[in-house]
Amino acid sequence: MSRSARFAALLLVALTVPAQAQDKPRNFGIGHLATPEQIAGWDIDVRPDGQGAPPGRGSVKQGEKVYLDKCAACHGEFGESAGRWPQLAQGKGTLASHDPVKTVGSYFPYVSSVFDYIRRAMPFGDAQSLSTDDLYAVTAYVLNLNDIVDDKFVLSKETWNAVKMPNRNGFYDDDREKSEKAFWTADPCMRDCRGPVTITGRARAVDVTPDDKTQKRGVE
Amino acid sequence: MKKPPETAHASRRKFLVGASGFAAASATSARADNTKNLPPNVADWTRNLGDGVGVRPYGHPSQYEKDVIRRTVPWLTATPESSVAFTPLHELDGIITPNGLCFERHHGGIAEIDPNDYRLMLHGLVDKPLIITLEDLKRLPRVNRVYFLECAANSGMEWRGAQLNGCQYTHGMIHCVQYTGVPLKLLLEQAGLKANAKWLMAEGGDAAAMNRSIPLAKALDDCLVAYRMNGEMLRPEQGYPVRLVVPGWQGNMWVKWLRRIKVGDAPWYTREETSKYTDLMESGKARKFTFAMDAKSVITSPSPQSPVKQKGFTVISGLAWSGRGKIKRVDTSFDGGRNWRTARIDGPVFDKACVRFYSEIDWNGEPLLLQSRAIDDTGYVQPDKDALRKIRGVNSIYHNNGIQTWSVKSSGEVENVEVG
Repeated sequence: MSRSARFAALLLVALTVPAQAQDKPRNFGIGHLATPEQIAGWDIDVRPDGQGAPPGRGSVKQGEKVYLDKCAACHGEFGESAGRWPQLAQGKGTLASHDPVKTVGSYFPYVSSVFDYIRRAMPFGDAQSLSTDDLYAVTAYVLNLNDIVDDKFVLSKETWNAVKMPNRNGFYDDDREKSEKAFWTADPCMRDCRGPVTITGRARAVDVTPDDKTQKRGVE
Repeated sequence: MKKPPETAHASRRKFLVGASGFAAASATSARADNTKNLPPNVADWTRNLGDGVGVRPYGHPSQYEKDVIRRTVPWLTATPESSVAFTPLHELDGIITPNGLCFERHHGGIAEIDPNDYRLMLHGLVDKPLIITLEDLKRLPRVNRVYFLECAANSGMEWRGAQLNGCQYTHGMIHCVQYTGVPLKLLLEQAGLKANAKWLMAEGGDAAAMNRSIPLAKALDDCLVAYRMNGEMLRPEQGYPVRLVVPGWQGNMWVKWLRRIKVGDAPWYTREETSKYTDLMESGKARKFTFAMDAKSVITSPSPQSPVKQKGFTVISGLAWSGRGKIKRVDTSFDGGRNWRTARIDGPVFDKACVRFYSEIDWNGEPLLLQSRAIDDTGYVQPDKDALRKIRGVNSIYHNNGIQTWSVKSSGEVENVEVG
């Protein structure tokens, strides 16, 4: 490298260094500061540790009234479900069976997973309409339907941690990269990879595909 | 409106002619009893003027393409407001899904948001909680990225065997479009992250206020806050005016009608990441936070809704994608997985996007068992369904990326089958 070229290179470095050193993210000056009042209106999430749980309380007894009035039409009087709406109760001991029934009692790991969901999305079609006390009450009642709390239980921020969900330890972190390591084979077989192939099942035999007259079908 | 030149009924009748009917059916795709638009006659559309400009201010597909639509499986769900309508993959080609055909999955119906009243709240473990308007978002530096979005439950009905007879239903919970949006990292920088920030929660403004936890590392890596798809503003079904883009990860996390992002130090364990979108194994324990979509592919045509119409040269066309990176290769098999050949990928190959592949065959009418197998740049090879079941059982609902088999009969009819 000639002297002048080296000088030019150094100069370039000197010129570009300040820009590169500017790791601090740029402030574009957009948006407005959210006020505590604005945040309070939308800040509805609740975590397993109770962070976000609003002040209030509700008993199982009070919850039964709310449930029968607002929930039973879809979820069934005892949480058994009407039609295809989600079943809320029973299902204990079914998770390892051929027909697992996932309910609040058999599957949900935390009270917050139930409470947070009811708070934001239920009753279906009338979301975010329940009072905080009714929210606590109806959650307590659904827990009671699952024999997780007794008839006298009152749910509140204070009693939150006393609730022990049966499937609390039923989950583990994604382990596919270990348990399915065999799928990272990179270079799979191309010739004579398996024995004779037979058809063992047919969608036509199951016959649950929506009938659509616009679709081409071929020979029956 | 003019009648289409060939009704589905007529084409089926033609099909019933069987193998000998192939040649006749193919030579003239128009109605056999009406040749007025065929040579040597001069067609109607050649003699008469068509619609002028402005008659179709927002254009629609040809009237003859009216059956290329999203379809539902009514028995799957209790109500259409919390349900799914599938992409007609068998009618599409290339890698981009037209906006109006992108599958729909809502939990509380389609929110119709007035863009003037759109607000995004950014708070939690930040220095400066912010409220951002759509106009604010549009003033920020933006990027364009093509990504696939696949519902974690795509192919979920097929765990116990071949069930739905159509690629639209077995694989149609995926679409691939180009998003325009602001990197989430840039947005979080505007609020300023606290040192203990580790997770964030994204929440929708719809009647389900759908919420999911996302690790901060992913948010800072490649997530986007998007407001356009394929150039135009997002469709209401896809979260108008703003949705989250979480490349390669399960579709449920791509919160639509995005109204709030809260930064925290631990995941929320919302209903959508506990009761739903966890993968129940045979042991009765469930995998959680299975975010990445495994490499997967499917032959979109021929497929049950898109039978082979004649013998001779036939193009086999399909899609492949991986949530972990780029698709490196796609293989196809015509004999149910005994022998494989490498397919031809045509068109762009983007990170965490769909690629289009083709495999050609001179078909003599022999029955075929069509399969495709995707390989991504991490070396992951799409497994067959039995290999998946051996590890996961059949109760996991989500993440079924097993190899699909289509049975092509001598008649050209195609059926979803299970092989052993």
